[in-house]
Amino acid sequence: MSSGIENERPTLQVQRIRQKFGKGKAAKEVLAGLTFSVADGEFVSIIGPSGSGKTTLFQVIGGLERPSEGEVWIGGKETTGQRGHISYMPQQSSLLPWETVAGNIELSLSISGIDRKEAKSSTQEWLERIGLQEYADAYPHVLSGGMQQRVSFLRALLAPQQLMLLDEPFGALDALTRLHMQQWLMSIWEQNRRSVLLVTHSIEEALILSDRIIVMSASPAVVLDEFIIPFERPRREEIWNDPRFNELKQHIYRLLQNSAEE
Amino acid sequence: MGNKKNVWSKIWPPATLMIVLLAGWQIAAYLELFEQWLLPSPFSIVEEAIQVWPRLLDHTKATVQLTLIGFVGGSAVGFVLAALLHLIPGARTAVYPLLVLTQNVPVIAIAPILTMLLGWGLLPKALLVIMVCFFPITVAMLNGLTNTDAQLRNYLQMIGIRRFRLFWHLELPHAIVHLFSGLKIAASYSVLSAVVAEWLGTNKGLGAFMLISSKGFLPDRVFAAVFIIVALSLSLFGLVTLAERLVIRWRPEKEVK
Ligand SMILES: Nc1ncnc2c1ncn2[C@@H]1O[C@H](COP(=O)(O)OP(=O)(O)OP(=O)(O)O)[C@@H](O)[C@H]1O
Ligand SMILES: [Mg+2]
Repeated sequence: MSSGIENERPTLQVQRIRQKFGKGKAAKEVLAGLTFSVADGEFVSIIGPSGSGKTTLFQVIGGLERPSEGEVWIGGKETTGQRGHISYMPQQSSLLPWETVAGNIELSLSISGIDRKEAKSSTQEWLERIGLQEYADAYPHVLSGGMQQRVSFLRALLAPQQLMLLDEPFGALDALTRLHMQQWLMSIWEQNRRSVLLVTHSIEEALILSDRIIVMSASPAVVLDEFIIPFERPRREEIWNDPRFNELKQHIYRLLQNSAEE
Repeated sequence: MGNKKNVWSKIWPPATLMIVLLAGWQIAAYLELFEQWLLPSPFSIVEEAIQVWPRLLDHTKATVQLTLIGFVGGSAVGFVLAALLHLIPGARTAVYPLLVLTQNVPVIAIAPILTMLLGWGLLPKALLVIMVCFFPITVAMLNGLTNTDAQLRNYLQMIGIRRFRLFWHLELPHAIVHLFSGLKIAASYSVLSAVVAEWLGTNKGLGAFMLISSKGFLPDRVFAAVFIIVALSLSLFGLVTLAERLVIRWRPEKEVK
């Protein structure tokens, strides 16, 4: 939204987050002291292996789980354990089967505090923009997986919260659809910049989409390294051919492999 | 279209079997394989039913009234009870085991107590039907309210949904599917318990008519009443199924069945 210069305070600050499940000997530490931030209007990705605790991290940031230790700050206020400060696109599309496509989006917006009239008109306008207006009154089960994810993304995008959490949004899609969706998301986001935190286990996806990548290890999760992604926006498919793309890809890949071997 | 065909393909095999059985029964009676005064033939049952039709109709009306009052009342009680047990913290763990316990008291045992306390009017009978009907609905509803999809719940909670809206937008719609399976059970229970209630004390209703006819040794009339009771039970079940189709429009066709 803004240039990010007048607003020095990061949208999200995660400070020394630890999360343990279980007690005593059976206790399992999933997150072991994570610290990072997302600036206003920045697109940050977290790469971590399967089962490394990415969804758990989102549940902590979203206030669904209270961390065993550490703090979450959103928009300059401490929000540890508080809900309703983020907009969210879950790993599964999570559309209510008994609400129509438009109804699903409108419901989420009204939960986020937008009044009904406004929610209705912006839902209609955006469904048209992404070419899904003819499905506005359809129930979600008639949509393909890719279309459901579009609706789910739109639902997160239109909410007024400053920070969007995207949990492996394209994990369940086939490779080709996934590529289309990444480009689609990119173009929409570049026109409507919001602070985004995305988790994925695809290095390429993170490279295509992000301003910055945070690499996380598994069991327990710690931040291994951070990378600024230099490609300018708007991004084109050409970045595939950029030598820096492959360099970064290999670097991150090796980093993840080394941490897995330890 | 395809749906209609589907319904027919489900209806005709049992319907044909039914006709064959009735025909067999009629033929057996014609060949005098058993005594008519023990087991009347289908034709003589229909004949008798036509002859006493005005009386039979009055009794049927009384039974329908009792059944509907009990069914609607029981459904309302079952629904509200499930919602309260679900929404009030701790209520479910405290009350539910006791509810299960009450289900071990046989209806026949409660009926005399109810008539003793409340007399012979409509109220004790309606109460009896309500007591039989509410339980399957409460159980089904509670089940539906609790077993909601964890992903959907997490999503809604993370974006900050409040308790009552969570109930209204997630738990209740999910429970509706379960509610209908409870309603179908309650539909058959309500007809059955209405007839039992009528046995125990009145001279109105199909139950009473059956009792009087059997004492007067008129098996044709008893069977006529039984046929009407079966038809009532099926109709109520059909109505509930129809309502289900009208209310639940969001499920994919293959799940409907
Ligand atoms: N409530 C919980 N109680 C106990 N253990 C849990 C709980 N939630 C998550 N875990 C454990 O934490 C670990 C991380 O799970 P999580 O779902 O956060 O991983 P993930 O990185 O999102 O995985 P994926 O890539 O499959 O989505 C898993 O080993 C899981 O078993
Ligand atoms: Mg996950």
